[in-house]
Amino acid sequence: MFSKIKEMLDTNGDNKNQVKNAPSEKSKPVNKTNKPRIGYIHLSGCTGDGMSLTENYDILATLLTDMVDIVYGQTLVDEWDMPEMDLCLVEGSVCLQDEHSVHELKEAREKSKLICAFGSCAMNGCFTTYSRGGQQAQPKQESFSPINSLVKVDLALPGCPVSPEMIAKSVVAYINNDNDYLKPAIDIAACNTACGCDLLTGIISKGLCTGCGTCGLACQTRAIEMIEGRPHINTDRCIKCGACYASCPRSWLPEKQIKKELNL
Amino acid sequence: MVLGTYKEAIAARSTEKKIQDVSQDGGIVSSLFIHALEEKIIEGAVVAGNSDEKWKPEPVVAMTPEEIIEAAGTKYTMSPNVFAIKEAARQCGVEKLGTVATPCQVLGIRKMQTYPFSTRFISDKLKLVLGIFCMENFPIASLDTFADAKLDSSLGKTNKMDIGKGKFWIETDDGTKGVPLKETHGYEQAGCNICTDYVAEYADISTGSVGAPDGWSAVLLRTDDGDSLFKSAVDEGLIETKPITEVKPGLELLEKLAKGKKDKAKEEINNRVSLGLAVPNIY
Repeated sequence: MFSKIKEMLDTNGDNKNQVKNAPSEKSKPVNKTNKPRIGYIHLSGCTGDGMSLTENYDILATLLTDMVDIVYGQTLVDEWDMPEMDLCLVEGSVCLQDEHSVHELKEAREKSKLICAFGSCAMNGCFTTYSRGGQQAQPKQESFSPINSLVKVDLALPGCPVSPEMIAKSVVAYINNDNDYLKPAIDIAACNTACGCDLLTGIISKGLCTGCGTCGLACQTRAIEMIEGRPHINTDRCIKCGACYASCPRSWLPEKQIKKELNL
Repeated sequence: MVLGTYKEAIAARSTEKKIQDVSQDGGIVSSLFIHALEEKIIEGAVVAGNSDEKWKPEPVVAMTPEEIIEAAGTKYTMSPNVFAIKEAARQCGVEKLGTVATPCQVLGIRKMQTYPFSTRFISDKLKLVLGIFCMENFPIASLDTFADAKLDSSLGKTNKMDIGKGKFWIETDDGTKGVPLKETHGYEQAGCNICTDYVAEYADISTGSVGAPDGWSAVLLRTDDGDSLFKSAVDEGLIETKPITEVKPGLELLEKLAKGKKDKAKEEINNRVSLGLAVPNIY
């Protein structure tokens, strides 16, 4: 897959020279380029999605050097004031009792053309939904909400964490203005409730399940087992990431993209 | 196209007796997996193996030709092979994986590969997806009804199941009996009723009995990988072929059934939409 993505990034030719000539010391981006300006905000999550991003070893250097400008993000950029952004990736849910988080998210909405709920915590709360406060160091912090409860979200990438490949494919699609690929992620951005129960309410009870097992493959906590050809949800293991429903071929089916992927 | 995109349609069967003896039709799936294992195109394959309960399949990660042959033959109830891809990639550490899948399972796999939200480093490991023709799938309780109530036998006594010539057949030591398919309708799972894919349109290779003579399979070569694997199996003499145009009943029947399934499914989709029910959103 990475070879395919590399092709899409077109790392041959001119871009290579740019890498060679790029200054080895990171200088402040002058940004007279038309590279997308991307920010990254870390709210209440485990950094898994950010780590997943860095697992794209093969294309990361090209991506970060040639294709995008990372203009904002703790630990990524030495920049305290939030600049204008084309796309802001938001990881983690927002803690309603943490003034800084609420403010940062609101400010990002104002300053970024697009907001991406990056991973399930941002999209629907995921396992932070189970938080109930009363713990050190800040006992009052108990409410961890999907970011779309405070701001409009433009696209969402579920997953706990969202996989390295999915991040790479989405970023590449974004750079290439491939809105067809991003359409499903745009359409699920309004969703903020998700868990294994969606399979019961949205698929099985609608007569759509064929017992294929894709939901079980998608489940990252092995909360799903297949019994008599249907998913059985272990609710004690389900972290409400929503990956099962998002992956089910009966919730939505990307026929055109599948054909493209297979050259059919 | 009613059979999806394909490079070539061929009638084929395994040349090996040990596969012919156990296979459903032409033994194409078994032959291709064994060839892919021997050529190291795959290290293992998720197949519908046998469980403790007769005729209730269980996904098995087959790593040897013997294990492939052990799982040969069609099972007419669900085997969640897609689910077991995870076990194969994680617990079994298989780096190059194949699987056999019904059309709906192929869709699940391809969707996962196209949008791998939560399946870190799995999609690249899938090197070979063999699709099987499928009109519908039955819960095990339905199969039990056919064998027991309709055919006065039992799943326990059944040695082979088959669908063909308008009937659902079971083969026991006492002979072969069939239920007309008219009577089996109504026992398939409801999800199948909106499925428009008869021939696993997004598999690397699709195969099934329809269109080919008894003991042979019709084969549709779709992707480049599928095409080259099949041809190398033919070159090695593991599979013999005949032009599909020279066999009876030929592609015409396959096309007729594939179109029939599409038409019926579209009707049911419209029916559900008119009831206000959700149907899959197609992008």
